[in-house]
Amino acid sequence: MKRAFPILAIATVIFLGYATYQALVVAPTERTMGDVQRIFYYHVSSAWTAGLLFFINFVASIVYLARRSQKVDALALASAEVGVVFCTIVLVTGPIWARPVWGIWWTWDMRLTLTLVLWLIYVSYLLLRRFSSSGQTPVMAAVLAIFGTLDMPLVYFSIWFFRTQHPQPVMGNGGSIDPRMLHAFFVNLIAFTCFGLLVCWARYRLEVLRQEVEEMQALESLLEVRSSR
Amino acid sequence: MSYLYAAYIATWVIHIAYLGSLVSRYSRLRREIEELKNR
Repeated sequence: MKRAFPILAIATVIFLGYATYQALVVAPTERTMGDVQRIFYYHVSSAWTAGLLFFINFVASIVYLARRSQKVDALALASAEVGVVFCTIVLVTGPIWARPVWGIWWTWDMRLTLTLVLWLIYVSYLLLRRFSSSGQTPVMAAVLAIFGTLDMPLVYFSIWFFRTQHPQPVMGNGGSIDPRMLHAFFVNLIAFTCFGLLVCWARYRLEVLRQEVEEMQALESLLEVRSSR
Repeated sequence: MSYLYAAYIATWVIHIAYLGSLVSRYSRLRREIEELKNR
């Protein structure tokens, strides 16, 4: 698996380059919004990847509470951290897109507010893991992650449940989309998913290594105490 | 167009900054491992 990582990393970088080319060059310009609509390819793909990573965190948190495996805990932490990065991109690209289209950077609309709440929940999760020194930290973090996930369906369905500034999806909602736009969208969606999973894998390996170093340090201090007696 | 470029640049600045933090954390851990081995 370790040998596959550089190959997958190179393939993902090439695929991301192709996806950006599709988004910026191949996809046609949208009639009403113009070129700024191309932010859609990064914005939606980042939102999907963040959702996927938070879902992995949710499953890993449940498995951790059941089995108390350190490797599962490492996966939960890795997916939450990388998910926060992608969610940050959603919260940054959203206002940049909103300013020329809506005339405002931000509004306390239900979809936007719930996405900000989701980001804050996972930032709290990471802060808890960073600053709590209790032995129960992974358990508390897992419980927080499970409750935090409840916000995800609210974010997704908010545009149907509430009257919002955020538009409803064009696809699968009676609307139509140019096939070149659809192609660019799916290429970006797959490229961002591959990139997100790859970075999550790298972060997971880093966390496993950190756990190993911590065990080695604990063992060393134990040996020091024994030799001093 | 400036908004479009701003969004794309912001995306990659965030990703590159995060990847940079991963690389720095990895090299710090490698140093700690080396120190532990040398003791």
